[in-house]
Amino acid sequence: MSEGGRETGVAEHLFRHEAGRITAALVRVLGLHNLDLAEEVTQDTLLRALEVWQLGVPDDPAGWLIRVARNRAIDVIRRERAFRRFAPDLTRLLESEWMLAPTVDDAFFAHEIRDAQLCVMFCCAHPSLPPPAQVAVMLKTLCGFSVGEIAHAFLVPETTIEKRLSRAYAELRTHRNFLDAVTGPHVPERLASVHASLYLLFNEGYHGSHPEHAVREELCGEAMRLCALLAEHPAGDVPRTHALFALFCFHAVRLGTRTDASGALQLLAEQDRSRWDRALIARGEASLSRASTGNELSAYHVEAAIAACHATAASFADTDWRSIVNLYDVLLRIRPSAVVALNRAIAVGYADGPAFGLDAIDALARETSLAAYPFLDAARGDFLRALGRTAEAHASFERAIARARNDAERELLARKLRGG
Amino acid sequence: MMTMKKFLYLFLGVDDSGLSPAELQQRMQRRIAWIQELSKAGHFHASERLEKSATTVSVKGNAKTVTDGPFAEAKDVVGGFLIVTAKDLEQAAELAKGCPIFEAGGRVEVRAIVETHA
Repeated sequence: MSEGGRETGVAEHLFRHEAGRITAALVRVLGLHNLDLAEEVTQDTLLRALEVWQLGVPDDPAGWLIRVARNRAIDVIRRERAFRRFAPDLTRLLESEWMLAPTVDDAFFAHEIRDAQLCVMFCCAHPSLPPPAQVAVMLKTLCGFSVGEIAHAFLVPETTIEKRLSRAYAELRTHRNFLDAVTGPHVPERLASVHASLYLLFNEGYHGSHPEHAVREELCGEAMRLCALLAEHPAGDVPRTHALFALFCFHAVRLGTRTDASGALQLLAEQDRSRWDRALIARGEASLSRASTGNELSAYHVEAAIAACHATAASFADTDWRSIVNLYDVLLRIRPSAVVALNRAIAVGYADGPAFGLDAIDALARETSLAAYPFLDAARGDFLRALGRTAEAHASFERAIARARNDAERELLARKLRGG
Repeated sequence: MMTMKKFLYLFLGVDDSGLSPAELQQRMQRRIAWIQELSKAGHFHASERLEKSATTVSVKGNAKTVTDGPFAEAKDVVGGFLIVTAKDLEQAAELAKGCPIFEAGGRVEVRAIVETHA
């Protein structure tokens, strides 16, 4: 790789993390209604870095970006203040020649950036926006993703993302009181919406069908980064946020072992647990204990506890399936779904024996909409095989393969059929 | 809602020349912080700093002339102005008490801005 190419690589890595921070600070000053102007300034800053850094990356790249963005913002405000209104509470300060620069500087203090990121997050989580639009706008404004990258991550055409974003931006432009987003009576509702968006983002990374491991891992990483930011802020520091973060940690523990070197999906039972991320397990446990202050029990709590059982089991056989069944029972009461019911049935099979698992699954297949879900037949096949009913097991796996939704699933199920 | 009136502060009698860059910076930071406080409390309307040099335009006979100066004595130098919104002169004066200018030996002249009601 050429010198210039390597510098560009460094820049891209840094940009993801800094672009969102810079945009949030700029939105604080320019106002949420000028979100596109803020993004333009961020974009100009990054382009400038790409140019200048060809000659060598500065010692403090993040500080360099902030200085350039700050100067650019001051220029833009000078040029536009006759025609535009900026953040309502700062407009008059920005009109003053000598208060302009200090006012912009203030927005770039670390704690101000954190607050601004939280405000943007809460504004993005507006109940009138459908969750996929919320996630798209979070990735764009807070995580520095381009439209193309968001489209790539969600395997949808760019025009779809553009539509989601333009709808979201139109909504955000109507917000006058940016800072009020994290205070006031609507906070619990918004917070629930933020949680749902982060959960969606993480799941897209974890269970999504994107063929590139790196893309999926990055989505999980961004969900965790935003969730950590939320957990640190007074507006987000509630048990549910810590439970969500714990859930992310316990799942992310196995991110590196979910596929083998060739990219084939690895079942939980097959994964090399020695490669599971111990530090993440510890973070998950710390968060779960913070989540347990108070008497709130959310679905995130229960899901985190289930994920913790898996993450902390020495081996697949050592897994505490009894506890997992009990936790699924709780989850079914809090947030019933067909997939949760299937997972419970599978856990029953491991806790009580394959005959019980098979009964539970067959009961489900009759009752629910899961009949077309490939993993129902796959689990059925596993229990049939364990009971020595090989022919029926094969038929089950073949049904599952026919219902696979992508190549990775098809490959995994074919491997089960072969008995590997 | 209480109607707010505007008041002009004139900052007098402080000369920043002769300060070291560090001292000047410190002084500026205190002024900025004070104004930001006023702004957070909803009192800020406008402010600028003024250069020390000045020219005066006056009429002599029927010609307008421009002369250098005034070279005001230090105690009369106008260093800048601030317009605040406050409910009355008393509140405006009270707010002015927080100005860091006093630490530098200056003073603040508080003047109500005349409002015309059409």
